[in-house]
Amino acid sequence: MARTGKTQNAAEAAAPTADNALQAAYEANRRYEATNEELLHFYEQMVLIRRFEERAGQLYGLGLIGGFCHLYIGQEAVAVGIQSALQEGHDSVITGYRDHGHMLAYGIDPKVIMAELTGREAGISRGKGGSMHMFSTSHKFYGGHGIVGAQVSLGAGLAFAHKYNEDGGLCVAYFGDGAANQGQVYESFNMAALWNLPIIFVVENNQYAMGTAVKRSSAETHFHRRGAAFRIPGMDVNGMDVLEVRAAANLAVEHVRAGNGPVLMELNTYRYRGHSMSDPAKYRSRDEVNEVRDNRDPIEHAKADLLARGVSEETLKDIEKRIRAICTEAADFAENSPEPAMGELYTDVLVESY
Amino acid sequence: MAIELKMPALSPTMEEGKLAKWLVKVGDEVKSGDILAEIETDKATMEFEAVDEGTVGALLVAEGTEGVKVGTVIALIGGEGEASAPAAAAPVAAAAPVAAPVASVRPADPVIPHGTNMKTSTVRDALRDAMAEEMRRDPRVFVMGEEVAEYQGAYKVTQGLLAEFGPKRVIDTPITEYGFAGIGTGAAMGGLRPVIEFMTFNFAMQAIDHIINSAAKTNYMSGGQMRCPVVFRGPNGAASRVGAQHSQNYGPWYANVPGLIVIAPYDASDAKGLLKAAIRSEDPVVFLENELVYGRTFELPELDDHVLPIGKARIMREGKDVTIVSYSIGVGMALEAAETLAAEGIDAEVIDLRTLRPLDKETVLASLAKTNRIVVAEEGWPTCSIASEIAAIAMEDGFDHLDAPVIRVCNEDVPLPYAANLEKAALIDASRIVAAAKKVCYR
Repeated sequence: MARTGKTQNAAEAAAPTADNALQAAYEANRRYEATNEELLHFYEQMVLIRRFEERAGQLYGLGLIGGFCHLYIGQEAVAVGIQSALQEGHDSVITGYRDHGHMLAYGIDPKVIMAELTGREAGISRGKGGSMHMFSTSHKFYGGHGIVGAQVSLGAGLAFAHKYNEDGGLCVAYFGDGAANQGQVYESFNMAALWNLPIIFVVENNQYAMGTAVKRSSAETHFHRRGAAFRIPGMDVNGMDVLEVRAAANLAVEHVRAGNGPVLMELNTYRYRGHSMSDPAKYRSRDEVNEVRDNRDPIEHAKADLLARGVSEETLKDIEKRIRAICTEAADFAENSPEPAMGELYTDVLVESY
Repeated sequence: MAIELKMPALSPTMEEGKLAKWLVKVGDEVKSGDILAEIETDKATMEFEAVDEGTVGALLVAEGTEGVKVGTVIALIGGEGEASAPAAAAPVAAAAPVAAPVASVRPADPVIPHGTNMKTSTVRDALRDAMAEEMRRDPRVFVMGEEVAEYQGAYKVTQGLLAEFGPKRVIDTPITEYGFAGIGTGAAMGGLRPVIEFMTFNFAMQAIDHIINSAAKTNYMSGGQMRCPVVFRGPNGAASRVGAQHSQNYGPWYANVPGLIVIAPYDASDAKGLLKAAIRSEDPVVFLENELVYGRTFELPELDDHVLPIGKARIMREGKDVTIVSYSIGVGMALEAAETLAAEGIDAEVIDLRTLRPLDKETVLASLAKTNRIVVAEEGWPTCSIASEIAAIAMEDGFDHLDAPVIRVCNEDVPLPYAANLEKAALIDASRIVAAAKKVCYR
């Protein structure tokens, strides 16, 4: 058995060659050299996502948010780091149902997001989508999709449109370690590579597909290797440090924008809360969660960086205060906005009348 | 100011729960993310986390208490954090029932100008010409599917398109229906006008998730932001001797789905005019063709831009004694049946629905008011079929005009067999339509 183990390790050491250039560049310089202003901005965005999601959890507990509600707490560095490397309004983004964080990172108004969560007329989908189905075409944010893995094929379609229109844009398609086992993901990998589509596939590996740990669901748990069969280079990225995420994203964006076809990024991250609000998360220990929270938290990490750079505690406290006010305002707005008018029941089924 | 912590709802259906255990005590400092209590729902034990910072002021419900209603104040936290938002009841919009919008009067087919030359065309060529004309007109239109380009189409419907439009706009895919249906849908969301060919709609079963969940529902779920002007087209229904997995009519499946347009033309003129309309539509369209009809030749007006209205049925033959409603390949059988009936003194009206969703009820009901009898001829299974839908419409909206029960003439309710004699027995034909028409005429 030891012998077998050794062979496997040797095989693991030899990563697929296609991975090497991008991964080597990332490993040579893992952290993006942000200015203080940039890092403060990342910090502020991550705190916004964290506080927004905590508030959403609270509103769920009060019965103001119904159905499924998947919180992004713990994964903030992924959306913030990657979005910061994109050209907003030019590149397109698509994700699954854990979508609040990506929208906030894109600068979409927290009020209309929260109002969608509470199912109100002022919600970004006029209350008809809910937590899992939110879109902002003006930001080129294409959802918010409730079917696990669907966004990967749809994202390849958005990338197809970028290429067809020769507009220089690219698509980022986010999906989880659970979605990574859906067949259509690999159908999309194949066509994206075959047609050289401008797309970055981002696996947010938060270690659990609902309640199933990665090692219980996946024969290959190194998701960045799963593009190898399609000659898609993979990157293995620490998703708990916003500067590492940004450094890796820059490399991927540059690679894709230069016309080299898709990149597969695996962002290793962790969600602190259950899969959705009704998940007691009994499949993992409290110690496991606390270990990540205490030692790898992306916000605490950025905070420590900022303090080490000489940014004052006061500045960070002011940010915290401002964000809390924004989230309170969003929650008040979401609670006090009216429900959709009954006529909305029949609108938007079709665009045209026949 | 103290913040009230209320018994949370921890699942979509939770109404009350047991406060199993407090993990904090009065005087403890808490910050957001700290676990305050364990709460048992009917399904599981959940952790209740703090959102605000402060000092635990009072624990108002003792641990072990069962049946604590959601919303009950269970603890107070005093501190510097902002006051928790009051849990005001959701302001409810006036719940007066709103009537579903009434369909506007649908436009009739455009009048073909006097003196227009009528040429003959196969359905296959009419479909190809429709795509070619729309591709010339709009650079966003492209065709994608298995064998559509270099092979010229598995059924030669896309013949010649590659030569005229090149590989950028006529794209061979791998055999990967789920994937390319998703890519087509995504490309439509991204502003293009994809025409996605399924070699047959049997294979679209692998892709039906994108047709329904992604293409049909997104406009509604996005409050009208995300349009999806995609056309899914290909042959549908039984072909010939290909067995059960390659022989199914999906018309009723797709017609069940709000958010989709479903078109199933019969002749060349409708195939061309409706496919052009489908490609121009802002909505997702399922366009169901029929392999056995591809090679049939019909008259087709030579017009620069032959576009027909979606959602409008066509009266193929006027009559006064009985209405035969059909679509796709069934229309040919209905017309044949009408000829036989005429010889026996029964004057049948034949309606081709053409569009299955939205369904042109008005034309069906107007015909019923005239003939007082309906037979529906459908090459497909009877259960939950378009025929069932027509029967329901006749009963709900035309009951007073019915002089006989509506009869469904459909395929036998079995997977389509391979053996020639069994296959023939399983599929509808003109003689069964004739028999049904006579029955509703009490002849």
